[in-house]
Order: sequence, then C-alpha cells, then structure tokens
Amino acid sequence: MSKWSLVTKGFVKDNPTFVLVLGMCPTLATTTSAINGLEMGLATLFVLVLSNIAISALAPLVPDKVHIPVYIVVIATFVTVLQLVMQAYAPGAYATLGLFIPLIVVNCIVLGRAEAFANKNTVVDSALDGLGIGLGFTLSLTVIGLVREILGSGSAFGFKFIPGDGMLAFVMAPGAFIVLGYLMVLFNKYLKKK
Amino acid sequence: MLLCLTLVCLLCAAILGGVYAMTYKPIQKANENILKASIGAVLPEGGSISEEKTAIFDGRTYTYYEQLSGDAVQAYAVKSATSGFGGRLELMVGVLPDGTVNNTRVISHSETPGLGAKCQTDERFLGQFRGLAPSKVIKLRNDGGDLDAITASTITSRAYTLAVSNAVEVVKSLKKEN
Repeated sequence: MSKWSLVTKGFVKDNPTFVLVLGMCPTLATTTSAINGLEMGLATLFVLVLSNIAISALAPLVPDKVHIPVYIVVIATFVTVLQLVMQAYAPGAYATLGLFIPLIVVNCIVLGRAEAFANKNTVVDSALDGLGIGLGFTLSLTVIGLVREILGSGSAFGFKFIPGDGMLAFVMAPGAFIVLGYLMVLFNKYLKKK
Repeated sequence: MLLCLTLVCLLCAAILGGVYAMTYKPIQKANENILKASIGAVLPEGGSISEEKTAIFDGRTYTYYEQLSGDAVQAYAVKSATSGFGGRLELMVGVLPDGTVNNTRVISHSETPGLGAKCQTDERFLGQFRGLAPSKVIKLRNDGGDLDAITASTITSRAYTLAVSNAVEVVKSLKKEN
C-alpha cells in the first residue's frame, strides 16, 4: 500500500464513522454544531497519531500477555496530556467538550488502530494511518455537526443565517441518530462503491 | 512481562508529571481570566476589585468580590451555583448595595444545547436581570414572580433565577452584618 493511500483510505474506504461505524459515543454526543464536531475530531486525531507512533515503536518490545494494558496506558497518557494542554490553551473548547475528552481513552477507533495496524507496521506507516483515520473522523464529525447545526439552529460554524429557533430535535439526541443514519446511507450509496 | 508493564507505566507517569508541571501555571491563568472576565461583565464600570471573600448564607458558602471606589463598596460580584437541568449551573451575579441586580453571567453550565444552554445568549431572558429593581420578586411568573422563563426551558430558567435570587440575599445579609 502506498504512503499516500494510507492517508486517503481514512476518508472513504475505511471511514471510521460511516464505514467502520466506530466511536459512536463521541460522534452522537458532540456533533451539536460544526465547530464542536471539528474540535472533537481534531482532539481524537491528536491522540490517534501520537498513540499510533508510540505503540508501533513499543510493540516489538511488549510481551503478548500485557499488550492491551500497555496500549491503554499509552493512550490514556496522551489523552491526559491533551486534556491538560486544552485546559491551558483552549479553555473554551475544553468547556464545551469537557466530559468527552477523557472518554477518548476508550474510543474504539484509537484502540482499534493500535490493535489492527500500529502493532504490526512501521512507525512512519502508523503515523500516516493515524493521520488518515483521524482526518476521516474529523471530516465526518464536522459534516454531521454542520447538518445538525443548519437544521437545528439555522446557523453554520456559528454564523446564523436563518432567524429563529430552527428544528430543535436536530440539536438533541434523536436528531443525532437521524442525521447519522441518513448520512451513512448517502455515503455508502454514492461514495463507497467507487 | 512485569518489567515491561512497570517500565511503560513509569515512563508514562514521568511524561504526565512533566506536562502537568508545564501546564500548571497556564491553566491557573486561563481559569483566572475566565473569572475576571465574568466579574468585569457583571459589574458597573470603574472602581477596583477586592480580593476573594467568602460569606455564609443559608448554610452554604458563597465566594464574592467587592468593587470599591474609594472606601465605599460600589457593587458586589457573587458567585452563585444551583443545579440546573443537566447539572451544576454556576453564575456570576453583580449586585448593587441596595439590592438591584446589575448584570448576570454564566461561568459554567451543563444544560441541553439548543434549549437550556440558551441561558447564556437569550436576550429576552437575560435582559430581565439587567438593572432588576429590588422591589421585583426574583422568581418565574409560574412561581408567582416577575420574570419570564426561556421557552421550553423552565427548569434551567428556574435554576438561573434561584441563583440570582440567592446572590441578592447574600448581599442583603452582608449589608445587615456591616
């Protein structure tokens, strides 16, 4: 597999949200607006790239019996680093995402890439894989957030262009499921087969 | 096996310790800025802000700041928390010595986006608290007061109103003591 396709496969072929259907908890919960989706995606991207690098470097040294605890410790470390850095330099984003940042530790995408890719590939390939999947996740979350924000609040990326309240249901949990479902259908019909 | 896990944990702990030490000051500063911004937003212009003080009212401890012009207290900024629909709702409430509410500002909340979270932006709701005279009853109309709730967010509005009302009571009790 070429280096370039390692990055691009995260967008369509192995899109974590619409094809692999992983990491649904943050997907449904944080996509109330395009900005929130984007921030959550970038936070996950950060952890994914670093944990993939660390795990691909550590993997040959780690005995099989303890590999899961080691991976989780590594992932949790990066998540905590992210949490501290966000608190210090992006307190606004930290306030909106709050609870969902620590939950990245148990995000199936991160552990999934560690198990399925990083522990049997080189450091460079693993970094690219993390970047690709992370960008795919970010893009998917931003799109879901954008659709929910337009329908639910009448704004896009915080700019209000429809006056009034919008369809509130789309900002709340049922809207998350509906938008995710329809986007998944469209995605698989028009993009995946190519 | 044991050695490997121990080493990995030690290494991770060392990294975390380092990052914690590096971000400790910036985090303090960021939190302070949020607090300062909220104090500035709820008080009238001018005057200097005192150190943090605490008052006990109705069995609970409140943190407040005095705005001084000369020796006289010009206004109080009281940090007041209640439980909203989704969890803790923390406000900064600016109160003048006569019990008039100057302005209010949300410090932190966990209300539903699109519904209760509008307590940060809904002008029709927030405007009511700006310069609210002491003669008004700080309760929602449903509860026999003088204030309108945010549409479809009665619980959040009630929590917000209660937080403001508590803050005013704290200031009143302070006046009595002096």
